[in-house]
Order: sequence, then structure tokens, then C-alpha cells
Amino acid sequence: MTIDKTTAIQLYSKMLLIRYCEETIAVRYHLEKKMRCPTHLCTGQEAVAAAAGQALRQDDFAVSTHRAHGHYLGKGGDLNRMIAEIYGKKSGCSGGWGGSMHLVDRSVGFIGSTAIVAGTIPVGVGLGLSIKLKKTDQISCVFLGDAATEEGVFYESVNFAVLKKLPVLFICENNLYSVYSPLKVRQPEGRSIASMVQGIGCPAVNGNGNDVIESYEKISKAIDSIRNGNGPVFLEFSTYRWREHCGPDFDNHIGYRSGKEFEEWKTKDPIEAFEQKILSDEIADKNMINELKTETQSRVDNAFNLAELAEFPEFSSNPGFEEIAR
Amino acid sequence: MSRTMTFSQAVNDALSTAMQVDNNVICYGLGIPDPKGVFGTSLGLQDKFGSERVFDMPCSENAMTGIAIGASLNGIRPVMTHQRLDFFLLAMDQLINNASNWKYMFGGNSGSVPITIRLIMGRGWGQGPTHSQSLHSWFAHVPGLKVVSPTTAKDAKGLLLSSIFDDGPVIFLEHRWLHNHTEEVPEGDFRLPLGKASLLREGNNLSVISMSYMTVEAIHAIDYLHKTSDINCDLIDLRSINPIDWETIFNSVCKTGRLLVLDSGWETLSVAGEIIARCAIECFDSFKCPPVRMALPDCPTPTSCALTKNYYKEAVDIGQTITKMLGIKTDLEPLIKMRGTNHDVPGDWFKGPF
Repeated sequence: MTIDKTTAIQLYSKMLLIRYCEETIAVRYHLEKKMRCPTHLCTGQEAVAAAAGQALRQDDFAVSTHRAHGHYLGKGGDLNRMIAEIYGKKSGCSGGWGGSMHLVDRSVGFIGSTAIVAGTIPVGVGLGLSIKLKKTDQISCVFLGDAATEEGVFYESVNFAVLKKLPVLFICENNLYSVYSPLKVRQPEGRSIASMVQGIGCPAVNGNGNDVIESYEKISKAIDSIRNGNGPVFLEFSTYRWREHCGPDFDNHIGYRSGKEFEEWKTKDPIEAFEQKILSDEIADKNMINELKTETQSRVDNAFNLAELAEFPEFSSNPGFEEIAR
Repeated sequence: MSRTMTFSQAVNDALSTAMQVDNNVICYGLGIPDPKGVFGTSLGLQDKFGSERVFDMPCSENAMTGIAIGASLNGIRPVMTHQRLDFFLLAMDQLINNASNWKYMFGGNSGSVPITIRLIMGRGWGQGPTHSQSLHSWFAHVPGLKVVSPTTAKDAKGLLLSSIFDDGPVIFLEHRWLHNHTEEVPEGDFRLPLGKASLLREGNNLSVISMSYMTVEAIHAIDYLHKTSDINCDLIDLRSINPIDWETIFNSVCKTGRLLVLDSGWETLSVAGEIIARCAIECFDSFKCPPVRMALPDCPTPTSCALTKNYYKEAVDIGQTITKMLGIKTDLEPLIKMRGTNHDVPGDWFKGPF
């Protein structure tokens, strides 16, 4: 393994946190009916989120999409405030105005996620422009999905980032589906997104998004290049969401994808694979893994308990937002 | 200290002042540094402030709006310009979904998007369906956006500076026919508060609420009626379409009991309609006659000057409406003569093409 022990454990911990968070939402969503907002889980896609969060500096910026829990947590976003936000509470990261699809934690550079496909791509590029104008060595990371590369604003944004050599890292998680529409009905078969982006003049690389080490290495390499002033880089990672597009259930039975395909991807579980790897490389032993798991689940449970106990916000059409209760 | 200048020079002066007082102000748009400098409004800015802060842009209206938003979230104050409002329609996604919502959807925890978008609206000379749409009512409908629409050169400077230094997104509307309006404009960092209307004429007979270029036509009508028939109207130039200065409007309508609203956009669901609705609610007992609105017919703008003759409202139409509301007959022939017959241009200074 080319990464050090600490990094390996941190990557593993980040993936665990994301997985446990998503799966706890899945369990409690219908049971309690207290998370009353559209919620897009990223179970199965934890590797890229963890790797990006690990490779980026805290003062680097990130923007994301409707499926943002992993990106937010990976970047170091506050767990308690995210769960409170999904519960619509005053202590939520967006004070109850945003819900699952509108997350923010400025203290770790997570500037925002929104729910319009490709909607934050130019925002991330604009953050890149601001970095260039202010002459700092930060970078701006834009998370996007495969369908976002079908939006006009994607091309407009990449073009501008290349034109101005902006410090922007585009991370595209290609999970093969836009809601229930497979990639093959949306983009010509055999044409890779990365090679298309290369045609715009942006260096682009693809990788296995279920391999956390490969993801981490490719992201780190891209970050080095961007920080050295070489302009934007685009990374395309193949991956797969386990659960339905929106909501806590599985939807392999409704006919848009097959149970067989899902089972195949499940065997490529990024967490399971990495766990085996760190065990066999003796980075951690079974005990340590179990402790990490228990501790992570208890952090997640605590976040849910705090969210349950927290106050609801009161509506005002002119909320001011001067003092948001934590 | 003040200087005589045109509306477009006042815009240029405001941009230059803003960039001087704050290094975070940047200015871009298609044609911003080109030899014509967007009707003179951006001439010389790139020489003064460099190509990092003043630049031309790709034909990417939507992304460039999102880029302004992103930059503003890290302390930059972008001013983006479009030579026609119509071109900016490609950017509604970023404007509505992101700029106007941003402060609210993150509960105030991710900044408030201090961007200014200058949009120029055309009229006459065949600007037609895609170079002359006045969509201020669209923008003003969306919570989270401010909409500013000055009529005079002095207001253009004072309001543009306040727009640039406002904490939220501002749509700054410039009517092409106002670019040559000339008056004394204060020098330096001169700002006027957003959301305040301006009372341009005072009178007890009738309240005329107007905006942008329609205010120019209204001034001609109101001054003529004052001189020839001793009819005296309040003329309120809105200057800000969102927020609207309701206090000034209600005070006037409660005083005169007669309300005429002039709108440079289409009639149905117009800002004029909203003003009449609010006045009906707040000043119901004051009304002496039904309120009237004058706006564009509900159809896309035609191109031929033969077709626009009866499309746009002019001083004489306003004069006729005022006298009718007051039940007075007045000879308006001299006003028609004074205004000339060429409805297609704002004056000899305008040689086209746009």
C-alpha cells in the first residue's frame, strides 16, 4: 500500500461514518417519519467522498449535489448538524431551511450542496475564480454526477475553468443512473465522459470509484497539479448507488435495473474490500476494526438523539439569519 | 463637487468608483472591454483596473452567472453586464435557483451573494421580440432579488454604487433610451438608498406612479398639463421595483384619490397590477375614480416601426388618460407637435443599430 497507516485508518473511518449515517437514516426514515424531506442516500459510493475529503485541505472549498451526505461528511462537515438539518431542526446546518439537499459547513470549506442537476458546477468554478483573484493556494472541488455532464452549464463552466486556468477539481461520480434513466439512453454507448472532457482541453482521468486507495491517489495527484498552477482537472470515477434514487428503500424490483447488477456491484463494496486490505496489511486488527465500528455507530446514534431533542425553528419571511443557534 | 454627464457616463463613473474603493469589485460581460464599451458604460475600465478585474466573457450566460455567485461567496463583488436583458434569460437557473435562494436555503450560513447584474432593455428601432423585453415583474416576483431601475443619470450612479455594495443579488435595469439623459452627477462615492422612490413632480389632482423610460414620457405629459390646464400631478419614479417604496405611494394615493400607473412591461400580471392591488387594499376609501394602468399590450414586441406605433405608450397617451380620469377636456395637439412624430427613437442622438 502506498499510503501511510494514519491515512488508511482515516479513510476507513470516513467511509464507515458515511455508511453508518446513511444506513441509520434508511432504518429510521419510515419507522419514525420524522425526516420529512427528500433524502438521497449514497450507500455504496463512500470511497470517493472519503478520499476527496481526506485529500483536500480543510480550507479548500467544495460544492455538491442532491446526493451530498458523503461529500459533506468526508470534508469534515459536522455530523450532528447534518442530521438535525434532515430532521428540520433549528440546530441544523441550514437552520431547517435546507434539508438533506442543502447542506453547508463553512468551517470546513463545504460551501453548499443544491438539488438542481449541475447547479453548483459554475458556483464551484466561481469559487475557483475568487481563489485566483485573491492569490491564495486553495482549490475548489466540484462534485457532480454523470447526468450533470449532459447539462449545458457543465460545458460552459469547464470551458471557463480551462480558459482562465482556475484551481478547480471536478469529481464526477458515474453511478450509471439518473433517477431511473440508465446512462445508455442518455449518452452514446462507448463514449467516455472523461475523454469528452479532455476534448474541452481539461486533463481528465478515470478510475475505480469503489477503490478508496485508487481514488485517493488519483485525487491527490490532481490536487498537486492544480495547486501547482496547472489549471483544472476532471476525474471520472465509476461507482454504484445501492439504494433507490431518493428515499431509504431498495428499488431493484421495479424494473429499471436488475437485481443481478446490484448484487454484482455489492460484491465490490468499497468498505468491505478496504477492510480486508487493512487487515491483511496489518494496519489494523479485528479488535480495532470492531472498536471503530462501535464508536462510529454510537456517534451516529448520538447525532440522531440530539436531532430528536432539538427545537424546531419558527417561521419568519424575514429571518435575518444574524444568529443561528448551534 | 459634481459634473455634467450622461446616464451611460454616470454608469461608467459608478463602476470606476466602485472598483477604486474596493479591490474585490470585478466587472465582466460580453463586450465589456471592446471598442464600444457597452454603449460607453465600460469604456476605459480595463485600462484603469487591468484584465484580471475587467474582462470579456464566453457566450455562457448561465455559467457566468453561477461563477459570479461562487466568486461572491468568497468575498468578490462581481458586476456582470448583458447588452440586452433578453440574453440573460439563458441564466434563469442560476439566478432563481441559486442567487435568490442562496442566503435562505442555507439558513444564512453560506453567505448572501453580493452580485450585480446590469441588463439593458431596448425599445424602438426594430428591437422586436428578442431585444426589447421588459421583464422587471418576473425578477421582482422572486423573493431574495432586488430590482433597481433608475431613470436619471444621477440616480443611475447613486443606485448602481449601492447595488454593487448591497449584500444580496441585485438586478440593475438600464433602459437603452435613457443612456443619453444628461444632468449634474455628484463625483466620488455617491450612493442612494435602494428601495426609495423619487417624487419628481408634486400635485394634488392625481398620482402617477412610473418607472424607467416611462417616467420621461410622463414628465412631458405632466408638465404640459400643468402649464396649459393647471392640472397638477404627483409623479413618483419608482427607481426600485423590489423592494417597492409603498409608503411614498400610499401617501400620494391617499392624498390625490386618483391613481395612474405606468409600466414599461406587459400589462397582465405587471408591476402596475401589483401597485393597483396594494393601493386598493390600503387606500380603498380614498379612491375618487377607478385606478388605471398603462402598459404594453399582451403580445410579443413587433419589429416594424409601423407595428410599434400603437404598441408603446407616449406622453400624449398619458395626457389623454390623465384628462379622462379627471373628466377634463384639453387640447393635446401642441403636446403631440412638441414630442414630434418619430415614435421610433428617443431623440436625434440615437442612430441605431441597437
